[in-house]
Amino acid sequence: MASSAITPSSSFLADKKDGIGGFSAFRRQPPFPRSAQVSKRKVSKKIASVMAPQQSERKPSTTGAVKTGMTMTEKILARASEKTQLVPGENVWVNVDILMTHDVCGPGSIGIFKREFGENAKVWDREKVVIIPDHYIFTTDERANRNVDILRDFCTEQNIKYFYDIKDLGNFKANPDYKGVCHVALAQEGHCRPGEVLLGTDSHTCTAGAFGQFATGIGNTDAGFVLGTGKLLLKVPPTLRFVMDGEMPDYLLAKDLILQIIGEISVAGATYKAMEFVGSTVESLTMEERLTLCNMVVEAGGKNGIIPADSTTYKYLEDKTSLPYEPVVSDGDARFLSEYRFDISKLEPVVAKPHSPDNRALARECKDVKIDRVYIGSCTGGKTEDFMAAAKLFLASGKKVKVPTFLVPATQKVWMDIYSLPVPGSGGKTCSQIFEEAGCDTPASPSCGACLGGPRDTYARMNEPQVCVSTTNRNFPGRMGHKEGQIYLASPYTAAASALTGFVTDPREFLQ
Amino acid sequence: MAAAAAAFSASSTFNHPSKTQSSTFPSLTSLSFSRKPVSSVSSQIRSLESLKLNRCARFLSAAAPTAASSATSATTTFHGLCYVVGDNIDTDQIIPAEYLTLVPSNPDEYEKLGSYALIGLPASYQTRFVEPGATKTKYSIVIGGDNFGCGSSREHAPVALGASGVAAVVAESYARIFFRNSVATGEVYPLESEGRLCEECSTGDVVTIKPIGDAGPVIEAGGIFAYARKSGMIPSRDA
Repeated sequence: MASSAITPSSSFLADKKDGIGGFSAFRRQPPFPRSAQVSKRKVSKKIASVMAPQQSERKPSTTGAVKTGMTMTEKILARASEKTQLVPGENVWVNVDILMTHDVCGPGSIGIFKREFGENAKVWDREKVVIIPDHYIFTTDERANRNVDILRDFCTEQNIKYFYDIKDLGNFKANPDYKGVCHVALAQEGHCRPGEVLLGTDSHTCTAGAFGQFATGIGNTDAGFVLGTGKLLLKVPPTLRFVMDGEMPDYLLAKDLILQIIGEISVAGATYKAMEFVGSTVESLTMEERLTLCNMVVEAGGKNGIIPADSTTYKYLEDKTSLPYEPVVSDGDARFLSEYRFDISKLEPVVAKPHSPDNRALARECKDVKIDRVYIGSCTGGKTEDFMAAAKLFLASGKKVKVPTFLVPATQKVWMDIYSLPVPGSGGKTCSQIFEEAGCDTPASPSCGACLGGPRDTYARMNEPQVCVSTTNRNFPGRMGHKEGQIYLASPYTAAASALTGFVTDPREFLQ
Repeated sequence: MAAAAAAFSASSTFNHPSKTQSSTFPSLTSLSFSRKPVSSVSSQIRSLESLKLNRCARFLSAAAPTAASSATSATTTFHGLCYVVGDNIDTDQIIPAEYLTLVPSNPDEYEKLGSYALIGLPASYQTRFVEPGATKTKYSIVIGGDNFGCGSSREHAPVALGASGVAAVVAESYARIFFRNSVATGEVYPLESEGRLCEECSTGDVVTIKPIGDAGPVIEAGGIFAYARKSGMIPSRDA
């Protein structure tokens, strides 16, 4: 079961006896190092262990400038800062390959850029700035609409090559350039490449790490700086390694995996750290599933998520980018802060209960929770495969949903897929047909939608205190609008199953 | 132990009328923390406690150690009413998403953001941070627990706090992007405490905080732009 490519070096295996084979009952972990997490987090004792005990690094005695192996993240930052060797904790000036911004943070970043570099300053590279309006698009809010205009004016002035503009808000299809949710668009439009550095003014920029690159979220001031210089001062994060092996059960999705992990290490368990995902299960995931896995790294406090590029990655990139790229992998003797091992075949569908992404519970344990609505969308759970999964479950059931079920495709491309791709086993039906038969709402215009509430007139915004099962990424108080709203984060399978019963429901009710 | 000094950007042309702290940054000699309950309900006046405020400039600690460790006399203290929040105060609670249409680099909208600071806190927080109709808060210090500022990368979060009149945040620990944004903008001075200050203080207490520790070079310089100019990474403004 151990992936031979990842044999841990003896220097950080605390106890060899507790390796991958021994899944004993979950026992209390030794206190994490202070920078990793607070020891007072409660540990679930009910879930049967599917995780080998966390192995902490035993610090070797330092002997000076001995060249050591580096993790993927360290290698990428080393190359981007033109250094041969880096260790976690170092602050380095990094060359940025792509800077992304959107309608919420773009105007502020542009304001800072002009203030600091001058009204007539030019961006460092007009082909490396990707501007994607996606957050508050289909709204009558004047400031929101103005913000898209600000982006347009800037892109015109700077001759920005990649600006996915929208002008006709009444009909998204009338805008040939418009894409939708930035993180999905970045992947679909070929802006993600292994080995590169991608920064974005959005916390879920970490999504792109699925391509084996360093991708993280930054604020307006940092983005203003990058716009002018193409560089940023970054601190090299240590890496937490998550080894996932075992065959993925057909009722689990990547969302279940990441919710499992966040529940394990808490919302601050990966603060300032890189989260590297390896193992046979990870290798079996499609690109879109890998995007989901890396997407919620920030919900554990993670700086970046990263998955080694492989044939799946290269195949995905074939028709999307013509720029050369150079993938990296972690060295065999790279040092990881900790390593977690999972036997995926033993996992069950999980949810994150209100009001925290680490408030993990088994979906089946929440079956008495009555819900008012279901939301399927966002960069986390609004991609083509997410909708395919939901459609598959609706098809298996053949029944109608019992609560309003909102569908918000992430991008134009996803929307088109929903209306054109046949769902396997359906005799040629599309997702849209299956959704209609199940009584879901009509798929909406692609954008971030109600994942983060937004202006009051945002489609599917929660304006009353209701209970919602959602495929989105955060469920802090007020996240989708109303402060007393209760959000259960879940996979598309779990969301669809819950829609059919009107209660939080384990998808195995319909899939087995 | 190093501590974060104020990061008010010297290069900012934007006027922050609520900021009264000097721009020299303390290194840290000693820490004193005093708290006096102002409410007449509490008859107990607690004695002065010594609390160590650790440096929280995590992303700066390794850079240029010599530059950071010069010992200047501590001149910056923070004194004022404190507002206490709990753990995992995420950016949606600090500034709900519906207000993100306000652009922080626009002076009028900057002020407006301040009026909405912490408006996303649930009803269990009975005291409003900014009174309805006001744009400024009377609490210049926010005391938090773990993982303060988690969630979104929105810079509107530290900006809203700064615009409302917060001078410093003292939290047990910070989420990465929020901390980074606080330092880069200079809007609030992010301090880290050892121990659960959020359990020892109550909203409305008068507190005096003196940071200790070494300032990281970016904070000492006054933000990312000032640091870059100082180190020659980008030309100075007069060039």
